[in-house]
Amino acid sequence: MIRFDRVVKKFDGGSVAVDNLSFEAQRGEITVLVGPSGCGKTTSLRMINRMIDPTSGQILLDEQPVGQIAPAQLRRGIGYVIQHAGLFPHRTVLDNVATVPRLAGWSKAKARTRAHEVLELVGLPGDYAVRYPSQLSGGQQQRVGVARALAADPSVMLMDEPFSAVDPIVREQLQDEFLRLQRELGKTIVFVTHDIDEAIKLGDKVAVLEVGGRLAQLAEPAYLLAHPINDFVSDFIGRDRGYRALAFQDAPDFPLRPEPTVELGTTPAQARLATSDGWLLVVTDGRPQGWIEPQRITVPIESAMLHRGGTVARNHGPLRAALDAALSAPSRRGVVVDDDGRLLGTVRADEVLRAIDAAERPAIDPADIAPAESP
Amino acid sequence: MSFVSANWGDIVHRALLHAWLAGLPLFLGLLISLPVGWLAQRSRVLRPFLVVGSGLLYTIPSLALFILMPLIIGTKILDPLNVIIAMTIYTIALLVRSVSDALAAVPADVRQAATAMGYTPARRFLAVDLPLAVPVLAAGLRVAAVSNVSIVSVASLVGISQLGFYLTDGYERTYGTEIGVGIVACVVLALIFDLTIVLLARVLTPWQRVNAA
Amino acid sequence: MITQVWQWLTSASSWEGSAGIGHRLLQHLEYSAITVLIASALAIPLGLWIGHTGRGRWMVTAANSLRAVPSLGLLFAVALWLGPKLHGNSAYVVPSIVVLVVLAIPPLLAGAYAGVAGVDPAARDAAHGMGMTEGQVLLQVEVPCALPLMLSGVRSATLQVIATATIASAVSLGGLGRFLIDGLALGEYNVMAGGAIVVALLALGVDTVLAALQAAVVSPGLSGGTSRFRGRRTRTDRGQPTASENEPGVVGVVAKG
Ligand SMILES: Nc1ncnc2c1ncn2[C@@H]1O[C@H](COP(=O)(O)OP(=O)(O)OP(=O)(O)O)[C@@H](O)[C@H]1O
Ligand SMILES: [Mg+2]
Repeated sequence: MIRFDRVVKKFDGGSVAVDNLSFEAQRGEITVLVGPSGCGKTTSLRMINRMIDPTSGQILLDEQPVGQIAPAQLRRGIGYVIQHAGLFPHRTVLDNVATVPRLAGWSKAKARTRAHEVLELVGLPGDYAVRYPSQLSGGQQQRVGVARALAADPSVMLMDEPFSAVDPIVREQLQDEFLRLQRELGKTIVFVTHDIDEAIKLGDKVAVLEVGGRLAQLAEPAYLLAHPINDFVSDFIGRDRGYRALAFQDAPDFPLRPEPTVELGTTPAQARLATSDGWLLVVTDGRPQGWIEPQRITVPIESAMLHRGGTVARNHGPLRAALDAALSAPSRRGVVVDDDGRLLGTVRADEVLRAIDAAERPAIDPADIAPAESP
Repeated sequence: MSFVSANWGDIVHRALLHAWLAGLPLFLGLLISLPVGWLAQRSRVLRPFLVVGSGLLYTIPSLALFILMPLIIGTKILDPLNVIIAMTIYTIALLVRSVSDALAAVPADVRQAATAMGYTPARRFLAVDLPLAVPVLAAGLRVAAVSNVSIVSVASLVGISQLGFYLTDGYERTYGTEIGVGIVACVVLALIFDLTIVLLARVLTPWQRVNAA
Repeated sequence: MITQVWQWLTSASSWEGSAGIGHRLLQHLEYSAITVLIASALAIPLGLWIGHTGRGRWMVTAANSLRAVPSLGLLFAVALWLGPKLHGNSAYVVPSIVVLVVLAIPPLLAGAYAGVAGVDPAARDAAHGMGMTEGQVLLQVEVPCALPLMLSGVRSATLQVIATATIASAVSLGGLGRFLIDGLALGEYNVMAGGAIVVALLALGVDTVLAALQAAVVSPGLSGGTSRFRGRRTRTDRGQPTASENEPGVVGVVAKG
């Protein structure tokens, strides 16, 4: 556990980067620090591994003040991933990753074996190991950065905008892999980002910081979306928060309707017989492939003819996915599948809305609506 | 001081000779380096040959090159042309690289925008690439200028008249003051060259001053 | 004329003895090596320190402005000033070595400094962040990353020393410059030109050897010698020094005599 206890950081110019910051990052959880540029996120993070020392207050790592631990020793026990990965250009990917174990005194062979393992873990198979950083894409470099921080198996990881230098698709991919990895590893992670969507997606807890380094709110993502504590937080979270909050609410048992389906290769005549209205769902092995308009086809159904705009929702998955499935299907019937991706039935938007109406919202913490304390 | 006042006319004369021997090659070298550097920047195949080749020229020690010039171009050993050509070679050796780096530093989007506006390649080079390359080019020229002024003085060992004369003559006569005067004169000349290039570059790149303000 | 030069270069008598090409060549190499070693021992640690701490950058600027001082003048001035204070051989060897060392320092200092100062700040930050001590950051990250520019500095300095050592024969130093200076005094153009050719070849040869050495010790990750994957290079190679910066004159210091 990491505990900030009334931490203040003033820089030489007199600017206050972090102001009286107190919060806890729980063991085994991802705590995200989020806020506008210059609000002191990086400064806060770097005080944890003593890259910066606080002006006053202290930070405790498992109840021991970090100020009492020698910086080099402290840092070797904490994985640190920085924005541009900061890979060593003169070392191969493998040796980059093996650096921390080597610093910890492991033998070269053992460090390299370990490096191979972590590289595998972050999805970079063997032939990447011999490359140099300049031979990697931005996304691959980020992975190496994460692997390097993981190599000595630290229980605490600090990550400073590790996915910011890549395009949105790769970022999403890295985020998903990161979450999968964390489910496996269960590290205590402090994660910095200025992207609220990333914060909400990754955080077990999200700490929103205001410019000037004050903590505005620390809460679980669903709670944050439901009950932003003030205008700053609600503005920062942005629009669509009602809709985005649905991502944290699981759908109930919908009254799923059976949906007639056909397979690829079905003739126009057969297809027209199978449907009652304008749209027909095409499946392969029970897995939805796309929609088709039987009235418009003249030849047997081919893959290229399918309308693929509709999303599918997992049964009992987030309400947001269910609503989106219903809204995005050309037939307005949202496709619901089981965990293997096989069709279970369809659900209509009004049925999802009814479920939303019935769902419980996160209860507001009485402390959050108490009148402001008088000084 | 008495040495300076007694020889003032002579010093000025030699300084002018020195400036000529160092300055003309600077101009010639720039003139030749522009197309060569442009070629090096344009062609991936030619680049290593041109850049490494000109770099190799630079490794030849100056005294050796002065002495070898007659063998190559058939002049007499005392002909100032030897120095002019040798110095031009050194200038090219330094500037080819500068020119190609300077041109490479012109942002690709600026270049594409110019092409899209309808500049022909030649006009674009003169109107867009070259002006934008001036700062890097000027840096290369400054290095070449200061180096030229220093190297030219070596030519006094093979009897070619310029400020280096005070160095050799002062040594032969064990007259430290004269050597000091020679050194100071060379440094002053180098500074004048340097300053001139800085000022020229500033005049040629008014947009840089706006940024600095 | 060319045939006479060729005759002199190829006749056995010009190569033999203590005034022969062989001995002069070794002498020239010896002076140059000693000079570069002394200058490196002084300038490289200093340059690394300036680059690592960011303190004392004025020293690099100051050393750089030494370029404006003509090496010939420095040589004569120091010879005239130090020579009479020394005895025997050292009266002409020491002043020359001192000047050569002084002239070799600017490129060495600038190379080591620029190399370390140019290390990707993110890599340096990561090194600190993973718990390296200052010494480890310097030796494991900064020095290897600085090698390309540092060695360019060594190459510039070496060329400078070989060239100036030639001129130093004018203040009685041995080495190949003797052929040029003595040939001039005696009006023997074939000796001068032959000596000049040997000096030029020596400079080319030494520079080639150093270039090969540089290619061998610089990590392929820095030198861009990784053409197999060139298509994959990305925007992240921010200002890393590459092999193409190895030619003389890049470090901002061109030294030549
Ligand atoms: N070394 C420093 N000296 C002086 N001021 C600093 C220093 N480092 C940071 N600051 C200031 O402290 C404040 C917080 O900086 P910090 O880097 O922690 O912001 P951040 O939240 O990480 O921003 P970003 O999202 O842009 O990375 C800023 O106003 C910054 O200018
Ligand atoms: Mg930051």
